Amino acid sequence: MSELRELYQEVILDHNKHPRNFHEMPGADRQAEGFNPLCGDQLTVYLKLGADQKIEDLSFVGSGCAISKASASLMTDALKGKSFSEAKAIFEKFHSMVTASPGLEAPDGLGKLAVLAGVCEFPARVKCASLAWHTLNSALDGSSEAVTTE
Amino acid sequence: MSVHAKTAEKMTGDSMMKTQGSKLEFNLKKIREEFPALHQKVHGKPLVYLDNAASTQKPRAVIEKLHHYYTWDNANIHRGVHTLSQRATDEYEAAREKVRAFIHAQKTSEVIFTRGTTESINLVAQTYGRQNIKAGDEIIISHMEHHSNIVPWQMLVEQIGAQLKVVPVTDAGELDLEAYQNMLSEKTKLVAMVHVSNSLGTINPMKKIIDVAHQAGVPVLVDGAQSVNHLEINVQELDADFFVFSGHKLFAPTGIGVLYGKESLLENMPPYQGGGDMIRQVSFEKTTYNDLPYKFEAGTPHIAGAIGLGAAIDYVQELGMSQLASYEKEVLDYATKALSALPGLKVIGQAKEKTSVLSFVLQDIHPHDIGTILDNEGVAVRAGHHCTMPLMQRFGVPATVRASFAFYNSFEEVDALLEAIKKVQEVFKG
Repeated sequence: MSELRELYQEVILDHNKHPRNFHEMPGADRQAEGFNPLCGDQLTVYLKLGADQKIEDLSFVGSGCAISKASASLMTDALKGKSFSEAKAIFEKFHSMVTASPGLEAPDGLGKLAVLAGVCEFPARVKCASLAWHTLNSALDGSSEAVTTE
Repeated sequence: MSVHAKTAEKMTGDSMMKTQGSKLEFNLKKIREEFPALHQKVHGKPLVYLDNAASTQKPRAVIEKLHHYYTWDNANIHRGVHTLSQRATDEYEAAREKVRAFIHAQKTSEVIFTRGTTESINLVAQTYGRQNIKAGDEIIISHMEHHSNIVPWQMLVEQIGAQLKVVPVTDAGELDLEAYQNMLSEKTKLVAMVHVSNSLGTINPMKKIIDVAHQAGVPVLVDGAQSVNHLEINVQELDADFFVFSGHKLFAPTGIGVLYGKESLLENMPPYQGGGDMIRQVSFEKTTYNDLPYKFEAGTPHIAGAIGLGAAIDYVQELGMSQLASYEKEVLDYATKALSALPGLKVIGQAKEKTSVLSFVLQDIHPHDIGTILDNEGVAVRAGHHCTMPLMQRFGVPATVRASFAFYNSFEEVDALLEAIKKVQEVFKG
């Protein structure tokens, strides 16, 4: 049960129930779609660009499990105001955290995102946690193709 | 009566229970001993394997048959003059006869070994389909098909400019038969229909579906992937033109399946793949093809798989298919009643005639999260769209949790599922 508690902790359940920045964004500069064909999770990430290649605003809509929704919600909170390169660096850190061997400490500098460290204990759920991130990455790259986790 | 009291009543003594109309005794404990994989712990809890609609566990009889084959008889078939090749050939062909008897086909030449249901359907689509279906024609499928009985037809209609027609499904998860009858027309050239829905458990009235199609002069392919392990199949009584299934859902190895086809149809179909075994004579100018069933079995087949399938058929026949089915029905009824009583749980698929499949959603908790927590409790279920995305859309859910029971599942395991679901609610409350 302890690993489960680690996975489904309060913060995650809260973001699942009340996802932040959960809306479409009229006039978004970029948007990308992400899709997990294995479980049917589906989301769209929107972003508005500010001066100096900064993410001025970030939002998402879609449906998915608690892990994918909470991860998307936490991501939008964490990356608002960050530059492209900062966002990419956080994405890299986040990705290595959820794919790390169990038992390792979460890397520094992830702030609230560290609550998703428990995902690494559940290899089948890594795709859920990283769907929003891959989708954002594609939006940052300006790719028009839908992201799929398969 | 509480759930546990009912279990106690069912599980007294040596788990003996008499099934209605049968003088045989159904000894669950003894049956479970025959399935080694069931006796292990997952996350420290006894495994409760409820993902039988995805794949079934294998009895010792099948495992030992494979072991024996690879230890003693392993050789290529249909070509060697040596002893091992002869033994392998005999066993392989004996398995074909077992399949014939099991589905009550008239001839062994009507039984073709494939890799599974999917390959069987693709074979029919690309041989019979390409030969007999033309631009402007129609193929009828249903809204409850597995992707494997949708996509091969989609590929075919795109190739030839034909059209797919889809029979709708009612709120209870049954086929709309009236709509089906109205759909049949002069344009219809084939009906491809699932016998039992993998997501809902619905048993479709296949005899009637076939009769109606035949009245319109239309042949029918029956997807028997989920029926062959629960119902007694008689392809002649059904008058099925094609009947396809996989071994691994019938307690046999993966990678082996069957295409049954009426001889008159198979005879006229072109080969699916070219290669060894499917030919009579080859020259660079001209090749003549082998007789049925070999015409459709190019290359070295999954010999061990076919032999394993034969062993699985022997095993279930000894237990008695109808007895197994009536026990599974009791487990399903018990589980349906127990789970339906949980607040916030909704069963998807409430057809009158069902096999032991219980699909459900729970409040707004995503099936994937439920699947993870259940697994942590040792309970293996499927969470997802079950390769039936159009059907999920029909019921307005992205996915469901599916518990599917085999005859080796106990009433106690249903209780374990129930307790695990309560744990899900506990994790997600607040």
